[in-house]
Amino acid sequence: MDFRYLRRRTVNIVNLSGSVLATVFGLFWLFWIIWTTLSYGVTAIDWNLFRLDTPAPGGTGGLANAIVGSLIMVGLATAIGTPVGILAGTYLAEYGGRSFVAGTIRFLNDILLSAPSIIIGLFIYELVVIRMGHFSALAGALALAIIMLPVVIRTTEEMLKLVPNPLREAALALGAPRWKMITLVAYRAALSGILTGVLLAIARIAGETAPLLFTALNNQFWSTDLMQPMANLPVVIFQFAMSPYKEWHTLAWAGALLITLSVLALSIVARTLSRKARMEN
Amino acid sequence: MNGDQSPISDTTIRRLRIMDRSFQALTTGSAWLVLVILAGIIVSLFVGGWQALTEFGPAFLVTDDWNPVTEKFGALVPIYGTLVSSLIALIIAVPISFGIALFLTEVSPHWLRRPIGTAVELLAAIPSIIYGMWGLFVFAPVLSEHVQPWLQETFGDTPWIGALFQGAPLGIGMLPAGFILGIMIIPFITALMRDVFATTPKFLKESAYAMGATHWEVVWNVVLPYTRVGAVGGIFLGLGRALGETMAVTFVIGNTHRFSPSLFEPGNSIASTLANEFTEAVGDMHTSSLIALGLVLFVITFIVLTFAKLLLLGLERRESVKS
Repeated sequence: MDFRYLRRRTVNIVNLSGSVLATVFGLFWLFWIIWTTLSYGVTAIDWNLFRLDTPAPGGTGGLANAIVGSLIMVGLATAIGTPVGILAGTYLAEYGGRSFVAGTIRFLNDILLSAPSIIIGLFIYELVVIRMGHFSALAGALALAIIMLPVVIRTTEEMLKLVPNPLREAALALGAPRWKMITLVAYRAALSGILTGVLLAIARIAGETAPLLFTALNNQFWSTDLMQPMANLPVVIFQFAMSPYKEWHTLAWAGALLITLSVLALSIVARTLSRKARMEN
Repeated sequence: MNGDQSPISDTTIRRLRIMDRSFQALTTGSAWLVLVILAGIIVSLFVGGWQALTEFGPAFLVTDDWNPVTEKFGALVPIYGTLVSSLIALIIAVPISFGIALFLTEVSPHWLRRPIGTAVELLAAIPSIIYGMWGLFVFAPVLSEHVQPWLQETFGDTPWIGALFQGAPLGIGMLPAGFILGIMIIPFITALMRDVFATTPKFLKESAYAMGATHWEVVWNVVLPYTRVGAVGGIFLGLGRALGETMAVTFVIGNTHRFSPSLFEPGNSIASTLANEFTEAVGDMHTSSLIALGLVLFVITFIVLTFAKLLLLGLERRESVKS
């Protein structure tokens, strides 16, 4: 009897310690990876990075064109993806309810959320690049917008569902039409939550590389023409890191640090906002 | 006020109604866009890959030629690489994620749960390309100098398993790719497992504790059986992520179309083949074969993700019926 008790206690302690070890194991990689980007990246950052364009092999240069290109494409993707995503999320939360169509859209949206991003790149390649005849920043932004869409749809729906119904009923009882109730009351109540979704979506597309390979490609020179290939941080990092040149490696690490820092900052801000949003409701 | 005289004029009411209808139409249209995009993806992959699919037929899936010069293409090596690297990822990620979810729901003191939960979620926020660079420049050297020689010495002569560990310890290949994929999907599986574990009714757990069960026995005999369906759903969701992951794999898998049973040898996955060859493909047949590869990847992930969602939906339904 005593022996069995001892055995159960031992199994308990061993397995619970195992869970602590698993947690340490998971966090270990997080810190190692962040440490790597910091230690390689910080030494590579200097003023030229923001002033000069990407260099030819062996030359000196910076990442100015890639940084601006990334900002333009992510900005454009956000401008397309956010309104469409919020509207679609509104349909699911306010109009669709438990109908079959809404259920199907919800289901497929979740699949799109986890679908490989490189497939989205192929889709836009077939749809836009082939028709235009060449790679373009516009195609890149469209691919990013499609990747961002399901994230925004999902959070918008979830956040609108947290808005208490009496709030809606009060607005309707005052004679407000439904669209006014949604835009003036429901949106306002869910604002910080919806914003969280948009920020998370931006964080997700900021580092996306695969879909840009077939759409925006890359450009060694300064370009802000949406109809032409445009430099962008992820693809520059990819090409420079895979190259044999030392100067390019340094620039790739600098870019990696920029992207990692901005993505981590965005996610942390989004998480703080969403905690606030949930507490408000 | 007279009965037939409303304070709002008819035209105002009509205008409001038109606004109402158009807003609803706008939201409905946006939601339908999701269906249109998914249908568009499938159609465009079929159209783009049609040339290769008709030329090679079902043999496309089971032949291992990949020769742009003779224009003979078969998808076996990348399909094998995708499946094996994802399998390695699951072998690593499932027990670790279970451990972390257990820690976050049962073991950890309350004040520590939020920071650790956030930290694990940040693993998912790090872009794939950063994993790739870290894997190639930092992790691969460590692996080839310290871990792989040890693995070879320990398991190299074991029958059956030994074949997995043959070849030069380069630090790149199937094993590192799978390992890094494993780290990348830990946050997804952990988050879902934690959420489904939290759905276990308190009274069930408390009854078990009252019978004298230990923490572990409660988790193993009460929480896990209750949430099994959802936990499996979470694992499949992680698998869906691993299958399509591109950049991290492209950096470390080695990118060769030679087939090898050893996990130390370089290989290729569908996604990494696409990332490497698509923009440099010469000839329509090469491009078309790559798009057909994309179709294969999409179909595999679609099935895996659908299965995962169905399992998770089942759990959700049970929850909503109960409450």
